[in-house]
Amino acid sequence: MSDIRFTDQHEWVRVDADIATIGITDYAQEQLGDVVFVELPEVGKELAAGDEAAVVESVKAASEVYSPVSGEVVDVNGEIEATPAGVNEDAMGDGWFVKLRLTDPSELDKLMDEAAYAEFVASLE
Amino acid sequence: MTDSPTAEPLKTTPLHALHIEFGAKMVPFAGYDMPVQYPAGVLTEHLHTREAAGLFDVSHMGQAFLQGPDHATVSAALEALVPGDIRDLTLGAIRYTLLLNEQGGILDDLMVTRTAKDGVLFLVVNAACKDADFAHIEKHLPAGVTLQRLPERALIALQGPKAAEVFARLAPQAADQAFMTGVNMDVAGIPCMVSRSGYTGEDGYEISMPEAEAVSLTRKLLAEPEVKPIGLGARDSLRLEAGLCLYGHDIDETTTPVEGALTWTIGKRRREEANFPGAKIILEQIAGGAARKRVGLLPEGKAPAREGTEITDGTGRVIGNVTSGGYGPSVGGPIAMGYVEAAFAKNDTAVELMVRGKGRPAKVAAMPFVQKRFHKPAK
Repeated sequence: MSDIRFTDQHEWVRVDADIATIGITDYAQEQLGDVVFVELPEVGKELAAGDEAAVVESVKAASEVYSPVSGEVVDVNGEIEATPAGVNEDAMGDGWFVKLRLTDPSELDKLMDEAAYAEFVASLE
Repeated sequence: MTDSPTAEPLKTTPLHALHIEFGAKMVPFAGYDMPVQYPAGVLTEHLHTREAAGLFDVSHMGQAFLQGPDHATVSAALEALVPGDIRDLTLGAIRYTLLLNEQGGILDDLMVTRTAKDGVLFLVVNAACKDADFAHIEKHLPAGVTLQRLPERALIALQGPKAAEVFARLAPQAADQAFMTGVNMDVAGIPCMVSRSGYTGEDGYEISMPEAEAVSLTRKLLAEPEVKPIGLGARDSLRLEAGLCLYGHDIDETTTPVEGALTWTIGKRRREEANFPGAKIILEQIAGGAARKRVGLLPEGKAPAREGTEITDGTGRVIGNVTSGGYGPSVGGPIAMGYVEAAFAKNDTAVELMVRGKGRPAKVAAMPFVQKRFHKPAK
């Protein structure tokens, strides 16, 4: 059973055992508009919670994707590097950015659950 | 693009409600609440304009008549402020020119049309500059020449390869209008000033009309199957691909026409007469070269280089910076323009763009990045 958490910067993190998959939320991709470029970190890079994990750019602007949790990058999504529009098509699924091996699972407790994030997004609109 | 720095309530154009109706995402721009994109999104809107026809609300721009007893008097009054040849404009011809300060810096870029009425020039200036421009012009006018602001007029642009075909349905007369000319004509029965010009690199028109008619005429155009509404986001990517300057970014008070690669706007007679603001500095730069120049830049990788990105010579020495940059949807990759030291301004010169702390290879490139498709009348 995987568990999904959210940040107020509109990243999501889904945890399966000690592997955290990170992406941007559907709300985020909608706000960005058409994604035209994605820059991903090197596999093996150590990220602390709050570090810049990736960059996502629309026609108009560049945005940083911050890692919600700490860990070592074990995989990156080459598909969205080749076809950035994949982020718009399936932000919460196939449009994931990086996978980390979690170093401190307790960091997840500071993040929002699905209901809290939905409420947060509603408050922005 | 420049967001309004003021806390004043945003102004709206006569088409504001229509933008909302079409689902636009509205943003502050130059003091106006403007559509940055519609539900189709910037990418689709951009490509649609290059394939069919896009409709833009540019009513925030400043329109005015400069008028006096005759063309000689009015053109001389304007020529005191700009380096373009206004005197020798033929009836209906449009000139792209620059308001200059005494140092040769660019206060704004503008379009000037010699209208059919003797002694009347039609000016269109940038929204963010219009109050300052009009005050500047008025301050320097000789007796007998006056500036009439036209805040009650709307302005829309119809741009793209299908623009002429579509527009001819409402204004048959516009079909064989030459590029860079302005003509008064009825469009669907509404008296308009129609300019064959634009800011996308495509064929098309800019249509000035009484604000009361703006919604009905815009609706008629949007009802044509080839036409979609286009926001400021795509307007920016379209003009960047076309190599056109955005005032306040690619040119400003600190750049001269020579540095800005706009020497072509300075007429031969004007150079000989040397009587425009900043003429001494500008003519010296034309003769001896300027220290820096605006160029196109093509990043070799996929990473866009945004405004403000430092340009280096590859050894880490900064030789300039990007003034506009992003993704060109029709190019299918990143494009930019910026200023570099003169020694690096030749096409194909290898440079580096410092994006997120990393030098990324790029080449100085000719602009436009896409082929211009302006209308040339069959002769």
